[in-house]
Amino acid sequence: MYAAMLVLTLMAIALGWLLAIAHHYLKGEPDAIEEEVNRALPGTNCGQCGYPGCAAGASMVAAGELPLDFCPPGGRALAEELARITGRPLTYGAQCCGPRLIAKVVDEELCSGCLKCIKVCPTDAIVGAPNQIHGVLPEACSGCTACIDVCPTATLKMVPESVTLANWRWPRPNEVLDHAT
Amino acid sequence: MLLSKPKLIRGGVRTDARKHPTSGCPIEPVPLPPRLYVSLAQHIGAPALPQVAVGDSVAQGQLIGAPDAGISAAVHAPTSGTVIAIDHHPAPHPSGLPVQSVVIAPDGHKRWDPNLPKPLTGPVPQLDRETIAERVAAAGIVGMGGAAFPSALKLSTDGSVNTLILNGGECEPYLTCDDRLMRERAAGIIDGARLMAHALGAERIAIGIEDNKPEAIFAMQRAAESLGGGAEVLPVPSLWPQGSEKHLIYSLTGHEVPAGALAADIGLVVHNVGTAYAVHRAIRHGIPLISRPVTVGGGAVREPQNFEAPIGTPFSYLIEQAGGLHCEPARILAGGPMMGQVVPIEAALAKGTNGVIALTAAEIREPAGLPCIRCGRCVEACPMGLMPFEIANRAAADDLDGAAEQGLGDCLSCGSCAYVCPSSRPLVQLFHYARGRRADNAAAKQRAELQKRLAEQRQERQRLAAEAKKRAAAERRKRRAAQKQKEESET
Repeated sequence: MYAAMLVLTLMAIALGWLLAIAHHYLKGEPDAIEEEVNRALPGTNCGQCGYPGCAAGASMVAAGELPLDFCPPGGRALAEELARITGRPLTYGAQCCGPRLIAKVVDEELCSGCLKCIKVCPTDAIVGAPNQIHGVLPEACSGCTACIDVCPTATLKMVPESVTLANWRWPRPNEVLDHAT
Repeated sequence: MLLSKPKLIRGGVRTDARKHPTSGCPIEPVPLPPRLYVSLAQHIGAPALPQVAVGDSVAQGQLIGAPDAGISAAVHAPTSGTVIAIDHHPAPHPSGLPVQSVVIAPDGHKRWDPNLPKPLTGPVPQLDRETIAERVAAAGIVGMGGAAFPSALKLSTDGSVNTLILNGGECEPYLTCDDRLMRERAAGIIDGARLMAHALGAERIAIGIEDNKPEAIFAMQRAAESLGGGAEVLPVPSLWPQGSEKHLIYSLTGHEVPAGALAADIGLVVHNVGTAYAVHRAIRHGIPLISRPVTVGGGAVREPQNFEAPIGTPFSYLIEQAGGLHCEPARILAGGPMMGQVVPIEAALAKGTNGVIALTAAEIREPAGLPCIRCGRCVEACPMGLMPFEIANRAAADDLDGAAEQGLGDCLSCGSCAYVCPSSRPLVQLFHYARGRRADNAAAKQRAELQKRLAEQRQERQRLAAEAKKRAAAERRKRRAAQKQKEESET
């Protein structure tokens, strides 16, 4: 029995040493595209794409397994940036056009001031104090819906960002060129 | 630095001026409307902060909106009356989005606010330069040629400005209110210009007026002479867009404002003639900007006219005062037909609105849905030397960076290209669309950076908190172990 233990221990040490050497000398280049994608992503690890964090999402995009518009908080601008980085053609899904959805306390009377949403918000976008009405800072909200799930009175809802003179944009003019195609 | 003979600008178009229906109409005061909708966001920059509450009685000229921090402008009550609401009312903007407005029911007494600043009298050179700029800011004066940029910010420079240029171009078709103002109140304009030049420390004043307004040129020349010189009135060719700041500067001085730079960077400041008159009124009479001359015209209006109207007068009321409409207008514009914006008729007069134009279907040209035939007419017409069809094609293909490379940022949106396009492509709309998309992208990027920073700060905070907790636990353990040992050694 001692012989077997000795052999196995020696083997483990030798193989471990070999692996360490292999790791040192045969280290692959980190995926440049994946890193660039990761840098471009919001980095809030909100999980809206269905992956545990931005790094996981970045590797899936770099591997071509996720569409370019997979990141709702990044929206259309990020999709275009990712198209530039990966060199893949850009097709828009439903989620990256139209107004941004943000969390909002829709009925202040229902907010109990429980702080639960504040604790889960990945971007500290919710302000408030115990037993005081909470509020969402629209610019800081990434739209991850983490707060929606924990709100005990369901007064936090996802609403489209309101359009003001500052963020209103000209629509795309219709240029009917049917006869050309 | 001024040229003896104005230079002809590059490109441009000779528009059908259609100024004759109103150029003979003196600026008439308009009767008070039943309601005034005074917007708190009628200037470039942050909206003013309301200083009155619903139910308050206000006096004519009383401050009702204080300027916010940064770029902003004060707003005053155009007449005496009662504040009946502080509510959202459609803006004179193509979106027609509601903006915060103070709704005033006039009482008809035109009772002046007793706290208005005392008029400054005496010759211009004896007045304090700072005081002039402060008074202009307090009077809520903004650029009255349409841009509505707070004027005081264009008066407080470090003395690097050597020439003040007054813009009397008024090259937009249909509009004649500046023309009438120059004919009727030339002395006031010249005095205002001298006040502004004094505040700026500018040595010279040049007044550029298009040569299709001979009466205005004559009146201004006479006023400039009688007020003791120092101001030169220079006729410039009638060509769209002669009244653009950059083009007026080029015509008068031969200098081009570099791309991305301001006129002040080459020692010049341009103000509209209406602004000069408003400055005169604010300094010499102590009256804030509470009314402005405006042309009400267009083919659908029965009796086109020039009015002196209180700020906040609804467009529908102005049109009614001009005899109403004799047919359903195809569109209603705030400003002229070249650069004016399609606005809802419920919107109200803002400080920067120089015209309310109701056009018939015969006067407008809808996009025909025809393709670009690469005739190059837009390239010839572009006063900025750009290739509008190239920018538009890139905008239509959502190639925003390409559009920017082709000079989207230098485009004035003057509409010369669309005016000459034989396919009547919606060129300017495409430029607006591309600009909006670029602004959206920039905003999204800024937001993403903010959120990234917030997320990193939160993660860092949580990491530190976890570490502190661990350390506290370790210390507790150590203390407990030490205590145990002590107890053991004691026993």
